[in-house]
Amino acid sequence: MRARVFVTLKPSVFDPQGRTIADALHSLGYGGVEDVRQGKYFELDLATSEAGQAKALAAEVADKLLANPVIESYRIEIDR
Amino acid sequence: MMKFAVVVFPGSNCDHDAYYAASHVLGQRVDLIWHKDTDLKGADAVILPGGFAHGDYLRTGAMARFSPIMREVQSFASRGGPVLGICNGFQILLEAGLLPGAMLRNRNLKFLCQHVYVRVEQTDTPFTSASHRGQVLRLPIAHGEGNYFAEPDVIARLEANRQVIFRYTNADGDVTSDGNPNGSAASIAGLCNEARNVVGLMPHPERACERALGSADGLVILESAVQSIRTGALVARA
Repeated sequence: MRARVFVTLKPSVFDPQGRTIADALHSLGYGGVEDVRQGKYFELDLATSEAGQAKALAAEVADKLLANPVIESYRIEIDR
Repeated sequence: MMKFAVVVFPGSNCDHDAYYAASHVLGQRVDLIWHKDTDLKGADAVILPGGFAHGDYLRTGAMARFSPIMREVQSFASRGGPVLGICNGFQILLEAGLLPGAMLRNRNLKFLCQHVYVRVEQTDTPFTSASHRGQVLRLPIAHGEGNYFAEPDVIARLEANRQVIFRYTNADGDVTSDGNPNGSAASIAGLCNEARNVVGLMPHPERACERALGSADGLVILESAVQSIRTGALVARA
């Protein structure tokens, strides 16, 4: 079973990479892109076939390693 | 003579600079301790050196906190033992929760390798006791993620507890936007924990310990540790 983990900077944290990408898009004429926030995306291939277990395991590794709770939050999706 | 332990992670690259500064320049005993070791070998003070521990692929310092030696470093710190984290060592202390906050990419997204000025804000730590308050040190930085971040309430608590130990300034010791190379909150270049025995800073004092290196201003930080141990200000032993 596959878990997808999206790690993003908390709204209160300035994202210099996202800001630079937004500026680049503006210079390319995409004024309609008001802001960009860059994050990290992980695909975890898990041994379990039970969605609840998969989500719990993904959350555990996100808490322990993938995200730093001081600056980041995460969201998990489980592929059915 | 006191004994320093310099922890060596895979990817550390300032471990020998710290070793050299403490042993050759200051004449103290120094053990290089491999990250898989589980014993600090009776050290009086521990240095987590600069570099790219475990490659820093996920986040700076994120993997290093799981190295076996870090359990000992945690234990040593909790007993009041002096711990100094330099650059990547500071990032490791943040990830390990030994110091509050986190590092973001530098404001301008560039890896910065240059000399900066930092002002000593507090002298009641084992790594600033031989300096004087307001002393301006010229030290090198070399980092891509040194943009210190903590939520405003955490910054307020750090200020109230006088845990900000070094601040980026201009050459005159004034906090200015230009003097802050990486965008750090409150121009914070270094801080300590509540117990004041764990100190982390982004600049490299160990690379500024002899005039031939362009500055000897960093020496006072390691001299402070020697003086603190000698005067018995700190009694913890590894």
